[in-house]
Amino acid sequence: MPTLTHYLILSALLFSLGLFAVVTRRNGVAILMGIELMLNAANVNLVAFNKFAAPGMMQGQIFALIVITLAACEAAVGLALVLAAYRGLETIYVDEINLMKW
Amino acid sequence: MTGEAIAFYVLGVITIASGLVVVTSPNIVHSAVALIPAFLGVTGLYVLLNAEFVAVIQVLIYAGAITVLMLFVIMLTEGGTGTRLRQRNEQGPLGATVAGAMAALLITVATHTAWATGAGTLPRYGATAIGLSFLGPNLLVFEGTSIVLLVSLVGAIIIARKEE
Repeated sequence: MPTLTHYLILSALLFSLGLFAVVTRRNGVAILMGIELMLNAANVNLVAFNKFAAPGMMQGQIFALIVITLAACEAAVGLALVLAAYRGLETIYVDEINLMKW
Repeated sequence: MTGEAIAFYVLGVITIASGLVVVTSPNIVHSAVALIPAFLGVTGLYVLLNAEFVAVIQVLIYAGAITVLMLFVIMLTEGGTGTRLRQRNEQGPLGATVAGAMAALLITVATHTAWATGAGTLPRYGATAIGLSFLGPNLLVFEGTSIVLLVSLVGAIIIARKEE
């Protein structure tokens, strides 16, 4: 039987993978992928705590749903920013982007 | 080992292995496609945790919408996604150290804390309970989220629009 600790360890590994992508990738889209992995890890934690720590309430699942919604918002705005950066600066490599406006 | 434990380990291996491909692949399209099994593995974990409604939403939004959005942006910025271009910066060892330290810290906290276990059982129909809660005690959160969705929609259109 997987316990709460099992889920927490799995989500810690997933979170670290996302963190690694965020700090080492040059491509803006790949950084957003890392952020999505980190948000997924947080969601696994929320749903696991819902089941094991407070099964009488649905607050964990509701919070996870709201996080999924806000992750969709974040992806839409972030990818729009990547597109705008590509149009204006002709690169999406974040270590080459050093201008806010051209 | 019970069936639940086997399912947990299989789903965990799928999630972490696809996550590794997402993080390390030199081809950005491979990274985007490898996001799909990672999200589906997390979906399986939600099903194991008796959160069926969250699992369905995860498939619809993450495995469906967000992955397609990523692939579209990769397609539209084709000048920056060639496989010959270096995809990682020079902070690889440092980043691996930081990520490993973060994993060690989180795992230590998770294994050394005596987590409280709550009484009670999950509602039999999760979607019903979530819907009642969204239109009851969590109404303000629900409305606030809808406003954030609207604002981000308008913002994304304005940012991504071609300037005349």
